[in-house]
Amino acid sequence: MFQTSRRKNIIPGFGLTFGYTVLYLSIIVLIPLSAIFISTASLSWQGFWTAVSSPRVVASYRLTFGASLVAALVNAVFGLLTAWVLVRYRLPGKRIIDALVDLPFALPTAVAGITLASVYAPQGWIGRFLEPVGIKVAYTPLGVVVAMIFIGLPFVVRTVQPVLEELEKDVEEAAACLGANRLQTFTRVIFPALFPSLLTGFALAFARGVGEYGSIIFIAGNMPMVSEITPLLIITKLEQYDYAGATAIAAVMLAASFLVLLTVNIIQWWSRQYTER
Amino acid sequence: MQISIPVTKEKTSASQAHLTEPVAVRLLLIALALGFLSLFLFVPLAAVFAQAFEKGAGAYLAAISEPEALAAIKLTLLAAGISVPLNLVFGVAAAWTIAKFDFPGKSLLVTLNDLPFSISPVISGLIFVLIFGLHGWVGEWLFEHDIEVLFAVPAIVLATVFVTFPFVARELIPLMQSQGKDEEEAALVLGAGGFTTFFRVTLPNIKWGVLYGVILCNARAMGEFGAVSVVSGHIRGLTNTVPLHVEILYNEYNFAAAFAVASLLALLALLTVGLKSLTEWRMRQQMSSE
Repeated sequence: MFQTSRRKNIIPGFGLTFGYTVLYLSIIVLIPLSAIFISTASLSWQGFWTAVSSPRVVASYRLTFGASLVAALVNAVFGLLTAWVLVRYRLPGKRIIDALVDLPFALPTAVAGITLASVYAPQGWIGRFLEPVGIKVAYTPLGVVVAMIFIGLPFVVRTVQPVLEELEKDVEEAAACLGANRLQTFTRVIFPALFPSLLTGFALAFARGVGEYGSIIFIAGNMPMVSEITPLLIITKLEQYDYAGATAIAAVMLAASFLVLLTVNIIQWWSRQYTER
Repeated sequence: MQISIPVTKEKTSASQAHLTEPVAVRLLLIALALGFLSLFLFVPLAAVFAQAFEKGAGAYLAAISEPEALAAIKLTLLAAGISVPLNLVFGVAAAWTIAKFDFPGKSLLVTLNDLPFSISPVISGLIFVLIFGLHGWVGEWLFEHDIEVLFAVPAIVLATVFVTFPFVARELIPLMQSQGKDEEEAALVLGAGGFTTFFRVTLPNIKWGVLYGVILCNARAMGEFGAVSVVSGHIRGLTNTVPLHVEILYNEYNFAAAFAVASLLALLALLTVGLKSLTEWRMRQQMSSE
């Protein structure tokens, strides 16, 4: 121990790679990103508050965060189910299904947007079955939820799946031997082990939904106060040359997504503590 | 001995029954999962191609070969062709620094690397408007010197580089950390130079990880919509990437053409997930053979 920590690192290239990493990170990410905060700081408090708290903006927060929450909850339930089926059961074409789960990561959001809009439109492949029962998806807030479910779909599956694969069968066997039925084994033994990863996937899906733009604008209908998401509002302000307004709203969204990111890190830290104990 | 055999047998079969669900429950769960995936994944995917060919193969070919579509494809290839190599070099450098050395602030560097992922694409575009726009930091200077950045190709490339920034690095950092530095040290002790060590020892170990990162980076670079939409200015034939071209066709109610061009991107996405599973499989193979 003592020797290894004192041993000189003979690998070359620290100066070069560290310097390049920090330089490139600063030029591409940090300096541009600071533009948001510097521009926000130059606003007066009054101006900032008016920009971020007008009724139309508040309605867009409610839609964006509310729909993301609903979509992330749906993804938590069905993502867990999908991960379970993919890990535990045998079914034909499983490898193809497993690969396709990643499609929302790879499919450009604009393509997802126009496709979901046409499929869930009243005459669309799925919409025509929902229309008679009175469910309107496209061009309503429900459409926003559908788009957010699509783009958040891989997160929960991909965070839960590896944990489920690693789960020791012994524990389940022990529970069964001790007289637990299958449901008890799941709720008392399996679910607690999966919970941190489920929570992480949920938070990631939520964060992705909040920031999403491309797949939503085609299906949402974009009516102010009803189906207008916050990222679209930023673009609307930009098109009206209201740079201050756009920046102020962007700052609020950035703060929210950093908060989610922080939460994810805390969950992961907490679950490490929990598993190591 | 004679007694213990039937007992163990009975025990295993009993616990076996307790280790999975009744057939009916299993079928129900599979049906629910497939139903969910169909509603949100399979049906939309099939719809892209069905609508792309709605007006026949002739209309399809016409839509993807008209000059504006070709210009969009060229611009998309250019943006991806610049951003993928840039972020590849960065990813390798960042992973080398983080995996092979200890220094204060290392975990901060890892967190900062992921930053572009946690930012809305619209905000990623907005930051370049704030810098290069007429009222931005350098906007006036650029205007006086007649240099076009915003609403022109440079801003599209910059926005693409920004949103695809973390892809290669975030694949390589954990991979190189798990591999340690013993092999590199051995090569160096035996007299190999730094670059020889990298190309002959490190690179063969991380090649699937590199490929994996490049595939994901490229998919995002070619498909980015929000950020590029904010900085592009939507000038047809000049500053439209393929996703933006899809948007314009769709908003003009030219649905068949919109889906025809969209199907190219959908094919790219299918190719991406296919290659992704293949490299994942190769990476697992490489790890188990070590």
